[in-house]
Amino acid sequence: MMTTPRPSRPAWQAMDSGELLLVAVAAILVVAAVAQTAASGFAQPRIALAFGGLIALGELLRLELPGARQAAPIASAGAIAYAMLLRVGAVPALHPPLHVIAVAAAGMTVGALPHVAAGRPAGLAGMASRLVAVACVALLFRPLAGLDVVARHWWAALAVMGALVALGWLVKCLIEALLRADALRVRFGVALSDEMRAQLPLGVAIGASSMLVAFAAEVMGLAALAVFIVPLLVTQLAFRRYAGIRDTYLQTVRALARVTEVGGYVESGHARRVGGLAVAVGRELGMREPDLLELEYAALMHDIGQLSLREPIPGGATVLVSPADQCRIAELGAGVIEQAGVLDGVADLVRRQYQPWRATGVSAGARSADRSAAGAPAPSDAAPPVGSRIIRAANAFDDLVGASSDRDRTMAALERLRLDTASEYDPAVVEALSRVAARRRSARR
Amino acid sequence: MARLSRAAWLYLAAVVAAGGLVLARSIVSVRSDLDVPGSVTLAVLAGLFLLCDSLPTTLTTRQSAWSPSASPTLAAVVLLGPAGAALVGATSLLSLRRGLRLTERAFNGAMNVLAAFTAAEVYLALGGPVAVPSRASFPWIIAPFAAAAAAHVLVNHGVLGGMLKLLPQQGDAWPRRRGAFGTPALLASDLGYAALGLLMAALWSHRVVGPSAAVLVLVPLFVARWAMGQFAAQERAYAATMAALCQAVETKDLYTRGHSERVSKGAAMLASEIGMRAERVSAIRYAGMLHDVGKLGVPTKVLQKEGPLTEEELAAIQLHPMRGLEIVREIGFLDEALNGIMHHHERIDGRGYPLGLAGDEIPEFARVIAVADAFDSMTSNRSYRGAREVGEAIGELRRWSGTQFDPALVDAFIAALAREGWERPAPPDLTPEHEDALAAQDHDDPTAPLRVIESR
Repeated sequence: MMTTPRPSRPAWQAMDSGELLLVAVAAILVVAAVAQTAASGFAQPRIALAFGGLIALGELLRLELPGARQAAPIASAGAIAYAMLLRVGAVPALHPPLHVIAVAAAGMTVGALPHVAAGRPAGLAGMASRLVAVACVALLFRPLAGLDVVARHWWAALAVMGALVALGWLVKCLIEALLRADALRVRFGVALSDEMRAQLPLGVAIGASSMLVAFAAEVMGLAALAVFIVPLLVTQLAFRRYAGIRDTYLQTVRALARVTEVGGYVESGHARRVGGLAVAVGRELGMREPDLLELEYAALMHDIGQLSLREPIPGGATVLVSPADQCRIAELGAGVIEQAGVLDGVADLVRRQYQPWRATGVSAGARSADRSAAGAPAPSDAAPPVGSRIIRAANAFDDLVGASSDRDRTMAALERLRLDTASEYDPAVVEALSRVAARRRSARR
Repeated sequence: MARLSRAAWLYLAAVVAAGGLVLARSIVSVRSDLDVPGSVTLAVLAGLFLLCDSLPTTLTTRQSAWSPSASPTLAAVVLLGPAGAALVGATSLLSLRRGLRLTERAFNGAMNVLAAFTAAEVYLALGGPVAVPSRASFPWIIAPFAAAAAAHVLVNHGVLGGMLKLLPQQGDAWPRRRGAFGTPALLASDLGYAALGLLMAALWSHRVVGPSAAVLVLVPLFVARWAMGQFAAQERAYAATMAALCQAVETKDLYTRGHSERVSKGAAMLASEIGMRAERVSAIRYAGMLHDVGKLGVPTKVLQKEGPLTEEELAAIQLHPMRGLEIVREIGFLDEALNGIMHHHERIDGRGYPLGLAGDEIPEFARVIAVADAFDSMTSNRSYRGAREVGEAIGELRRWSGTQFDPALVDAFIAALAREGWERPAPPDLTPEHEDALAAQDHDDPTAPLRVIESR
């Protein structure tokens, strides 16, 4: 979702520099951990094996959260629980932090192998960020585990564990946000808050589960792992269904937006191109993920109002149609979307896409007349929302350029949009659009 | 619960009586047996149960709500035994959920009492110790506990399923022949939450966290609940959006407005009648909704043409299933739904389009949609005729059964109609402003085939 498909390149080339750096850091950690473990051997091999097995299973059962985020809640919870283990039954847990890293890395590798064998991506970057987060928790907690204060006072153990779980979560969010900021050209602050919002519910579940297992192992021994895995599986199932329906939703809107193309109303691929362009521009302007999703829906469906026209507009290019007709199409489209009853924000973006960003002259008059006819409140002088401004510019750009990647044509279209920034198009949006277009050209070369 | 039939009343009374009996016995035995720590445990678990029960998530696929209250119940099974567990289950009588009627409250309470009591008896019978679990209890306690959890889920779903079977059908939300049990996913999640009960019970004795661990146990539970809620909301939004977009496609023709929605309903009705699984029913609902989306690729002037069509125009109309497939192919739902859309104009005798498949070669989804599609066409107004009565349309279905339609499906559809009825669409609004959206012929109408100019 919301990722631009990358052209196929060798695996190491397909990785961004940020990802490479992260994987390198994780690799150094693993090498150190394995070397130390090989030298000292496992003090409690049964415990290490049980947690390693759990981590492998969790890695096998990875899931994708909305926004193409990979998560492996069971593996994460298992690894963090191993890092925070105080005792199993009556036996104190003695493993040093590097053992935790070695076990987590081994478990993850084993769990990832079937994915690789089935031809799915190994997800190295995701594994590396999870491993680094676990390493942080382990390196900080293991030295404390031996302290009297932690071993004797439940409040101290609880407080330390809570703080470290939160820290591990934060580290993971930071890493993922850095990667996203790099790969998708999102501002770091926006990427971080998006990441934290997306990861919070699952993070809370992982944190609570890992603390539970660490405590429960004292009473239940290793059976705690078998019992706790079931509810986490259910949680994971719920998230998987949620992510699945979100994907299907977007796919459906993408597909159904194409009815305008099949009907001959607009050029083939128009809706999808405008959708992709609008999202890229919105990201460039620092929009947040929920707003981007709304923008993508609106951009995909911005021409849906044309379905109500008896005959298609020649060429389907709304940029060449009179303002009154543009307004009518937008109004009809918004009406269709409002029917759904759940996408009012999207309907509003579609309704106001035809509005020039600065109200002047004829179009402003036409607009207020139309609004009073529709019985809507008339914020006629307020500028349209940024999403509408983006769709307006992206739509005009695509009407002028189409699927072509010709440099002169792109430049000419951008020039034409720039000339109209006094009233028609928002100059900030046009600038962002030209940056996106320039980047796409250089990527294609 | 809507108005109840006599059978439903009897069933309700039986469940409530059984639950009441068990509850009365439990109260008596608890009053004689329970010590002070035991009553604290009972109070805490009852409070947790109330908390879980009061925060349910409504699932779209069924009328009942889903709540994670199995965990405190199962913890009570281990910590308190049958009587205590029954009392914890009885807490749902006090549920803070809004909009519950007295009958629903009584039924839920009795159901939870019975489920908790049965689970505890199973646990005892298999040798599970009723006490705060210690280190020595593990792992031996897991087998009787798992059996208790399974018994709890079975009784819960069984009693509830029985009631839902007797309730008047509310829409097509609850497929009739799916049996007494919910979807596998729902069963699995209930079992999962039951397993949390053992964790709660085990942590009860913990030197550090003790009963406050119950709070920690609830955290993943409510996260899952949140995710389920999000899923349900997204699913509703998804269905509504799809319906809205399909309506937009239909605006071209006044007479076929609402056709997609009705075919979707009819196909789902028929699909549950023949006992399709819930997921397939939901897939066929979407397939029915989208079956004619490819009509948009047919030029308006062909759709609205009066008089016979040329060969090319006929070909353009007959291309619409393929066009539809082209549009929806990228949606990642069941392949079966795509097959249904592509082949919904095949005929059992092999004279349909686009491929001319015959008999069992035609995918089941397509055969189902074909029946619902033709039936809705016949019971709707067309520019060249009025809407047929339901009985008359059934006669037509019978007439074409075996040539155009699958006879078994026609019979099942008629049986479903007899039970659930069919709402015919209102005649279209023929005011002049809508005049440009009239089709002269209907490709779905088996009684009035498209007229084609004879070329020779």
